[in-house]
Amino acid sequence: MSSTHDVSRGASHDAIVIGGGLVGAAIAWGLTGQGLQVALLDEGDVAYRASRGNFGLVWAQSKGLGAPHYQRWTRASALAWPDLAADLAARTGRDVGLQQPGGVHLCLSVAEFEDRAAKMARMREEAGNFGFEYRMIRAPELRDMLPGLGPKVVGASWTPYDGHANPLVLLHALHRAFTEAGGTYVPNAKVEADIHAAPHDFAVTAGGQRFAAPRVVLAAGLGNADLAPRFGLSAPVRPQRGQVIVTERTAEVLPMPVTTIRQTTEGSIMLGDSIEEVGFDTRQKPEVIKVIAERAVQSFPWIGRLNIVRAWSALRVMAPDGLPIYDQSETCPGAFTANCHSGVTLAGAHARLLAPMIAAGALDQERLGLLTAKRFNAA
Amino acid sequence: MTYDLAIIGAGPAGMAAAIAAQGQGLVTIVIDEQPAPGGQIFRGIEGAAAQDRTLGADYAAGATIARNFRASGVEARFGTTLWHLEPDDEDGLCTLSLADAEGTDTLQARRVILATGAQERPVPIPGWQLPGVMTAGAAQIMLKTTGAVPAEPKRTVLAGQGPLLWLLAVQMLRAGAAPALILETRPADRIRENMGLATNAIAAGGAGMLWKGAKLLAEARLAIPIHRATTGLRAEGDQRLRHVAWDGGRFACDLLLLHEGVIPATHVPMAIGLEHAWDAAQRCWRPMTDERGATSHDRIAIAGDGGGIGGWEAAVASGRIVGLDQARRLGRIDEAGFGMAAAPAIAARRRALALRPFLDAVYAPGAAVLCPPDDATIACRCEEVTAGQVRAAARLGATGPNQVKAYLRCGMGACQGRLCGPTVAALIEETRGLPPGTAGLTRPRAPYKPITVGALAGLAE
Amino acid sequence: MFRAQSKAHQETIEVFVEGSAVRVPQGATAAAAVLIAGLFRIRETAVTGAPRLPYCMMGVCFDCLAEIDGVANRQSCMVPVTPGMRINVQHGARQTGAAG
Ligand SMILES: Cc1cc2nc3c(=O)[nH]c(=O)nc-3n(C[C@H](O)[C@H](O)[C@H](O)COP(=O)(O)OP(=O)(O)OC[C@H]3O[C@@H](n4cnc5c(N)ncnc54)[C@H](O)[C@@H]3O)c2cc1C
Ligand code: FES
Repeated sequence: MSSTHDVSRGASHDAIVIGGGLVGAAIAWGLTGQGLQVALLDEGDVAYRASRGNFGLVWAQSKGLGAPHYQRWTRASALAWPDLAADLAARTGRDVGLQQPGGVHLCLSVAEFEDRAAKMARMREEAGNFGFEYRMIRAPELRDMLPGLGPKVVGASWTPYDGHANPLVLLHALHRAFTEAGGTYVPNAKVEADIHAAPHDFAVTAGGQRFAAPRVVLAAGLGNADLAPRFGLSAPVRPQRGQVIVTERTAEVLPMPVTTIRQTTEGSIMLGDSIEEVGFDTRQKPEVIKVIAERAVQSFPWIGRLNIVRAWSALRVMAPDGLPIYDQSETCPGAFTANCHSGVTLAGAHARLLAPMIAAGALDQERLGLLTAKRFNAA
Repeated sequence: MTYDLAIIGAGPAGMAAAIAAQGQGLVTIVIDEQPAPGGQIFRGIEGAAAQDRTLGADYAAGATIARNFRASGVEARFGTTLWHLEPDDEDGLCTLSLADAEGTDTLQARRVILATGAQERPVPIPGWQLPGVMTAGAAQIMLKTTGAVPAEPKRTVLAGQGPLLWLLAVQMLRAGAAPALILETRPADRIRENMGLATNAIAAGGAGMLWKGAKLLAEARLAIPIHRATTGLRAEGDQRLRHVAWDGGRFACDLLLLHEGVIPATHVPMAIGLEHAWDAAQRCWRPMTDERGATSHDRIAIAGDGGGIGGWEAAVASGRIVGLDQARRLGRIDEAGFGMAAAPAIAARRRALALRPFLDAVYAPGAAVLCPPDDATIACRCEEVTAGQVRAAARLGATGPNQVKAYLRCGMGACQGRLCGPTVAALIEETRGLPPGTAGLTRPRAPYKPITVGALAGLAE
Repeated sequence: MFRAQSKAHQETIEVFVEGSAVRVPQGATAAAAVLIAGLFRIRETAVTGAPRLPYCMMGVCFDCLAEIDGVANRQSCMVPVTPGMRINVQHGARQTGAAG
């Protein structure tokens, strides 16, 4: 993969991380914790940046049906989260608002309830010795847990692993912690052409500057699809649109997050999030957010009285099978790639588990081997 | 129901556009969130204020426009907000999502004119969030819709600059409630420096307007104490305004009316992704339009102050031109027909804009208005974010307002960045050493105005 | 803070601002009624509880959010008064009466 043209060395670092969203920032900060000098290269103000448009769940209960290794990775991240949040607060004074009270997935019909119950049972089966604690809760009991529940709700699945955090504060806190730990955050630094990739020898030009390092991490979200092949990697991710609604702050309290409804620490209620295959199109569609609103009102009728103060659409970073992709380059050792559609949930794992692997030079195959992009070649 | 033309805003531009379009046989609908036609300048024009002589002859002229508008028989929906606009729907039309007291609904139109006008430029001085600090425009709206004046004129101060400031001063004076003090922020030499522009304006037919302005100024100056070339303005007080202070002075007051000119309301045009340009003369963003209000989207046009500040007479002329151009684009008149019908309006607009370059230069907002020097000043009133916080975010690496919004929430409050947008952008530009107008604005998203979750859930299919 | 005085605006309507009766000219908005009633707050912000009064009166700033006829967080400068309207200070975040 090495480019043939002459490489002027430029500023030298221990690692270059491409992409300053939640994934790149968590890894970059983790790498500084390993004593590395890191340059974090990001685009400018206007970019496809899922990290600015997501829902903020730290969520395990629906992750990895048929892929227990993903469930384990997600749970490891949820476990790493409290320490991550405390560390960020201590370093930056910003409270990312982590709460992990467990979470529920509401079912609005008997069919939904039964389908959910079957899924959860399979998850437990697949978890084997690792375990998967959950309960299917019927409406009467659920009403005590969640005041104001609507009459249409039949029941819910519950797991103790779930929670949520403020994803924007997380992004800000990661950028600050990274910078304060000596990392170099470079905005307006899109990596496009002029890439040099050879074993343990990488250099890129971005924002008019040259950066060189023996390690490079591709964490450019949707940008990874184009970047990965330049480093002997592959990241077949596509955009998947999600629309989200946020209400005014309310004094009412939702004691725990629901898959598509959560209350922020500020008090507003977030309603989400649609799943739309529309390519690179971030327009908003009233008919889609109407469905989100309907479901919210059926779940909690009182939400209908709240004003919507904001709504948006953003693009998820989605792999063909919906699982994350972690990989290391065989032709250019030292190059890694990381992609996922749950960058909030996995922030703990990225900062605390993945970054040390990258610093040490190799991914832990037992944990991440099955999440290689090679899985798409097999088929 | 499919309309030929939907017009958002029933101010002078929207009314004039509607009359012109209806006159050419376009099936037209006008939508406005206010309860009656008039827009900001002619607020309450169908009400009692039309009889109020103290508001002046210009205001009275609005009554005729509103009457003609009603007489034209154009369909109009008041008390109705546009909360989403899709300019490219599946049918190749525009879909407008609306909300009123009854709920939400949608309609389709072949073409849309945005005549959403202007808003006052934010004046982020220290303490501007205190109860008792308002815009001059707000006080004028109190006069027009309510016939109300400050209860304690002796404890009322006007601060800032621009034609509206002087107009309001005189309107208050004539209503027997002259403010105790005017703190004018215009630097001393501005008029002398720009005499060339004044000469041009006269040559271009602006003499009448210049004369009108000079008379207003003279009337105010005779009756009201004025402190000139004021700098360092701040509002002081704990739970409410108690004093206004400036470099070298302080005055006890409980009402401070601020004004530093107006800027186009770019919320909807930005939200639908129209191309905008930085207007260096007016220190603001404006949607890019041609002479006939055409924008970067071929189904959307802009009329009036929303396309750049020109005042109500220019807005009426522009509304007429833009309305006629929609008829041309829909094949009701040809180019020659347009030329004939629009010629008087084109001439009228030229006259109405004659004075603009002079006014823009004389009343250019000072650096401290665009970019508050004191870090403790609130930049975003909704989320209570200070100028210092925005500067720190820009230093950390936020190169524009979208990233600052993600870091600090400014622009996420109820006003959706309408008020903090220009200030946040200017603070980023200052901190990162960028030229004015290069940091951009945040992209506003629907709903443009709050609607309830329940109303959205009930959106008719 | 403001006083209605124009001879032109003779028709008035009675509304209740924080429970007290106030007569305001027809055509006034709920925000105007609060300014005429002489209150020094129309809302307390949900962020720090700071008091606010209307700033722009034209639908831009949202500092006029108030509780009108029992509905919280309404943009009161855009709401014309009706006879007997009850306008109350918006205290911080809104209550929906979820449990009720
Ligand atoms: C609607 C929605 C809801 C979601 N809800 C949740 C949730 O509840 N919980 C959860 O855990 N996750 C959620 N997610 C997913 C989460 O947001 C993403 O997993 C996460 O943000 C991905 O982070 P990223 O860094 O990979 O991508 P991004 O945030 O997209 O960041 C990529 C970065 O790379 C930069 N970049 C791209 N190309 C280049 C280049 N060539 N050179 C330099 N820089 C480049 C971009 O500017 C950007 O900053 C949601 C996503 C969406 C859209
Ligand atoms: S006072 Fe500004 S929106 Fe009502």
